[in-house]
Amino acid sequence: MTTEMHRHIHETLGDARLQDAVLTATGRLKASRIAAVAPDVLPDYQELRTQAHALKKHAIENLDAYLEQFERNLEAHGGKAVYCKDAAEVADFILGLARERGARLIVKSKSMLTEEIDLNERLEKHGLESVETDLGEYILQLAHERPYHLVAPALHKTRYDVAEIFSARLGVPHEIVIEKQTATARAVLREKFLAADIGISGANFLVADSGAVVLVENEGNARLSTSAPKIHIAIAGIEKIIPRAQDLATFLKLLARSATGQWLSVYTSFLSGPRRAGEIDGPEEFYVVLVDNGRTRLLADPGRRQSLHCIRCGACLNTCPVYRRIGGYSFPWVYSGPIGSVLTPQFMGTAHAPGLPFASSLCGACAEVCPVKIDLPKLLLELRSDVKEADKSEGRGRWERLAFRLFAWLMRHPRLYEMAGKMAPMFAPSGKGGWIRSVPGLMNFPPIKAWTDERDLPPPPAKSFRETWRRR
Amino acid sequence: MAMADVLERLGYQLDFPEKQTCCGQPAFNSGYRDEARAVARHFLDAFEGDAPIVIPSGSCASMVAHHFAELFAQEPETLARVHALEKRVWEFSAFLTEVARVEDVGARFEDIVTFHDGCHSLREMGIREGPRRLLSHVKGLELRELEPAEECCGFGGTFAVKFGELSGAMARSKVDAIVRTGAHTVVSLDPSCLMQIRGALSRQGSNIRTMHLAEVLASR
Repeated sequence: MTTEMHRHIHETLGDARLQDAVLTATGRLKASRIAAVAPDVLPDYQELRTQAHALKKHAIENLDAYLEQFERNLEAHGGKAVYCKDAAEVADFILGLARERGARLIVKSKSMLTEEIDLNERLEKHGLESVETDLGEYILQLAHERPYHLVAPALHKTRYDVAEIFSARLGVPHEIVIEKQTATARAVLREKFLAADIGISGANFLVADSGAVVLVENEGNARLSTSAPKIHIAIAGIEKIIPRAQDLATFLKLLARSATGQWLSVYTSFLSGPRRAGEIDGPEEFYVVLVDNGRTRLLADPGRRQSLHCIRCGACLNTCPVYRRIGGYSFPWVYSGPIGSVLTPQFMGTAHAPGLPFASSLCGACAEVCPVKIDLPKLLLELRSDVKEADKSEGRGRWERLAFRLFAWLMRHPRLYEMAGKMAPMFAPSGKGGWIRSVPGLMNFPPIKAWTDERDLPPPPAKSFRETWRRR
Repeated sequence: MAMADVLERLGYQLDFPEKQTCCGQPAFNSGYRDEARAVARHFLDAFEGDAPIVIPSGSCASMVAHHFAELFAQEPETLARVHALEKRVWEFSAFLTEVARVEDVGARFEDIVTFHDGCHSLREMGIREGPRRLLSHVKGLELRELEPAEECCGFGGTFAVKFGELSGAMARSKVDAIVRTGAHTVVSLDPSCLMQIRGALSRQGSNIRTMHLAEVLASR
């Protein structure tokens, strides 16, 4: 079946420049990760993964208690926790606060959750200006595109693309030198930071025992977004909770290494509340918006809730032979790559993109690099089963189901199985015993066509293994 | 048949239970768990007994050793049979290096060879060094490593036809890597990877051969 996803894949595979950009960029990230977790530089890498998995599992299984603890500690420092069920509630909270404070301009640092809930569009609809300040996100905001990659959102954009976007949207001269492009963005964004009324950030970790929001970044824009404006709003999924500040010793060792191959990111910020008396910077008001948006539904299933362990490092994308070829926009929602194939059906329902869990060769490279050991192939297999169960109850995919029923039946009848094997040569084109380019009569039969469009088929053996075995 | 030759030369007595068919992985990986369960049950019946089961495919071996248990999680009695079966299942090269404890099977094969790691052999079964050690003892054989060595060939069962174009692109990357080694023969533990790789090689008109490890080890 040809779907929207197939069309995107076809386009991406046919775009030589895009293929080159994505393979090169992910290849670089992949190689850096491998170097940063090599046994001679991080001997306890596997133990750290095991520890991180156990910590996440524990935090997710005791989420209610840790959320309460986080809220208590946050409020003891003068911050405020706000619980939101979904996208609309988050937007309403921010719009309400902006109205009360007379705020018009928002600066934003990178946050996948805000992409998940289309926050910018929701705010702009009500007359607020919300500016992305991460360089990659800023480029994409100007280009009206969504992030291509969890960590490097504009990974698919070359310097030439950026030159086009900047000159078209900012009216600056066409400039392909990356340093000069950065200087352009810096000059524009600096003014925004100084004028902004509200700073919005995401959160890499919410630390329960200290009520702190931890932000990990390289550009310093999250620091500015969270300290220059009078109001800071951190928006985070509830699964970002970790129990103790000391657990960061595990997670911070893994996060940057897995994401970019850095031992630590350039900036790691611990934010625990608004500016206190005597402090020279920091916001006057500090809010942490804790968002559900479907997460509690995933919590209900003990096998599936490991999907919430993800720390958004992007290692699974960089190592995935599928993502590296089909890129971010072939995926139907904001999360791409293996983790996207696992999160999207669970957040949006399997019907949103029923082909998605099948777009994997199940090679397992993703699970091997996941710093919190999410069993991604196992989850994909379970989601495939979900899709087929839904098809069955809603009467879709009858032919395929019939084929697999026939398969299962044949495999329980060894004699018929043997006979079917003997009949196969009757359908194959006769000839030299060479590999088969196309099968006359079955050329348009979808599975045969899908195979022979790309590769040759092996000729069926003249004699079966069983026959040879019996005669020796 | 090559696998049988190698094992018999090592002194093993072989049985081929004629009741056997398939492990059910095609159905399992396609989301049809009831159908996979039915085939897996047949597999359990076909391989009653206590002799080791040697499988010339890392992927099939992994299905039996790792995924049967998922299929029968709700059936304690069958699950007990599955756990007993798991201990008897060996991928061919792992059987040689871990049970027979041989590395030199006395094979001779004069060629430049590269080895393709099947993903399930490598990542689910943890087989990496064993087949390389076996190949290193084959007289006349020169082994050249693929770069990248551990990337999927793009087969993936029904993935190969559900996302044919993507699967084909992955196969072509693999073929490019094979060509770069200068090898004349690609060896693997998995017939399905070999079918994918050979299909793509053949489409390009390449005369690079594909062979199962057993075929190389049976040569003399």
